[in-house]
Amino acid sequence: MIEIRGLEKFFGNLQVLKGVDLDVRKGEVLSIIGASGSGKSTLLYCINGLEPIQKGSIKVDGTDVHAKSTNINHLRQKMGMVFQQWNSFPHLTALENVALAPKIVKGMSKAQARDIAAKQLEHVGLGDKLDAYPSALSGGQQQRLAIARALAMEPTYMLFDEATSALDPELVGEVLDAMRLLAQEGMTMICVTHEMGFARDVSDRVAFVHEGIIEEIDTPTEIFGAPKSDLLKKFLSNIR
Amino acid sequence: MFDYNFHWRPVLKNIPDLLEAAAVTLQVAVISMVIGILIGLVLALTRMHLSGPARWIASTWVEVARNTPALFQLFFFGFGLGAMGVHLSPYVIVVSALSFNCAGYLAENFRGGFQAIPTTQFRAARSLGMTVWQSYTRIIIPQVFRIVYHPITNQMVWAVLMSSLGMLVGFRELSGETQALASRTYRIFEYFAVTAVIYYAVVKIILAGSRLLAMRLFRY
Ligand SMILES: Nc1ncnc2c1ncn2[C@@H]1O[C@H](COP(=O)(O)OP(=O)(O)O)[C@@H](O)[C@H]1O
Ligand SMILES: [Mg+2]
Repeated sequence: MIEIRGLEKFFGNLQVLKGVDLDVRKGEVLSIIGASGSGKSTLLYCINGLEPIQKGSIKVDGTDVHAKSTNINHLRQKMGMVFQQWNSFPHLTALENVALAPKIVKGMSKAQARDIAAKQLEHVGLGDKLDAYPSALSGGQQQRLAIARALAMEPTYMLFDEATSALDPELVGEVLDAMRLLAQEGMTMICVTHEMGFARDVSDRVAFVHEGIIEEIDTPTEIFGAPKSDLLKKFLSNIR
Repeated sequence: MFDYNFHWRPVLKNIPDLLEAAAVTLQVAVISMVIGILIGLVLALTRMHLSGPARWIASTWVEVARNTPALFQLFFFGFGLGAMGVHLSPYVIVVSALSFNCAGYLAENFRGGFQAIPTTQFRAARSLGMTVWQSYTRIIIPQVFRIVYHPITNQMVWAVLMSSLGMLVGFRELSGETQALASRTYRIFEYFAVTAVIYYAVVKIILAGSRLLAMRLFRY
């Protein structure tokens, strides 16, 4: 379970998160929607400990992400993250991309890491690309590679930061399909997304973020069918 | 009009000695490059991530190494330190000066290389649970290495050629050895002509080796 209490985050004088409270249960799929610049990415980075926070707390399975005593590298193994820019490691083959962290972070043997990497690549439909370098893969394939790479650490949670935003339209589907499959398998997911169809079909809950606070959070039926706040209504009417 | 008589025999007889000296030259250049690469990395990272005295020292190092004659740098480690009571052997003087110079030049190349790697690569590595050290050694530096591979090769050539200055502090590398042999036989021109050919061959071998290695290393 992820528990966020009174989270505030500043970049210098700019306050980007203004008191976020949020619980994400195991097995839940939460989508986060909201205008560009509202703090969605920052929220994910704070959950993952990639950005320090100024106030409040974030606990992952009871461990405070930002406590000095926390071994963040260890805690991050529970949280896979997929970024907007796909971030494949260009100097490694697809298989090496995926096998590296299990080997050097988890201390798996070479053979073990290879097996799990091949399995995860198979899982996202890249079973025939094991020895390809990222430069030979399309954006959609590289993003699926990034998903496989995160999954190979066998995380409890998966954080997606606009995983499809940088892709050509015709490549969006294959990545969303991989995410759908993951959701069906019961993975706990937090997905920052602009894909309203995905948010509606796959999520258990949808959170609408506006200027650093969660303005509204509810089931997709309520959020998309009966939005309460005027800001959300306006946001939805703008994107339709 | 041109009454110099070439005598090649004394030179050719001493070619084994010259080749041995060439091996010393190569060894000094390789050692200096290894040290220079490691220090250059540290200098680049220091200039990028630290402030205060450490950054000042790193910047000064780079400035001096790049903007003063290599010969003066060599004399500093030889006569300069000597005047302060620190007496180093010619070998150590040459290796120190070459390392100092290579580190300064490579630091700038490394800095450009690091800046060319998107910061998102580092974030992605950290998000997988890698430590800062692992992220750098496994993800960032291998990519930087490819970017600076050609500058490193050029610097290696430069180190071989610059090591010839070593003869001015009494070091018997290829040039020093040539000078010593030549002054015994007075066949100055012949000796230095042959030595020039040896330098040329060494450089060509380095360039060819570098190309072959690049094909093995960079398949992406
Ligand atoms: N590293 C940073 N330094 C300074 N400001 C930042 C940084 N990252 C994000 N911001 C600012 O924080 C705000 C929220 O950004 P972000 O979380 O990326 O929004 P979103 O993902 O919702 O588009 C924006 O105003 C952005 O300019
Ligand atoms: Mg964002």
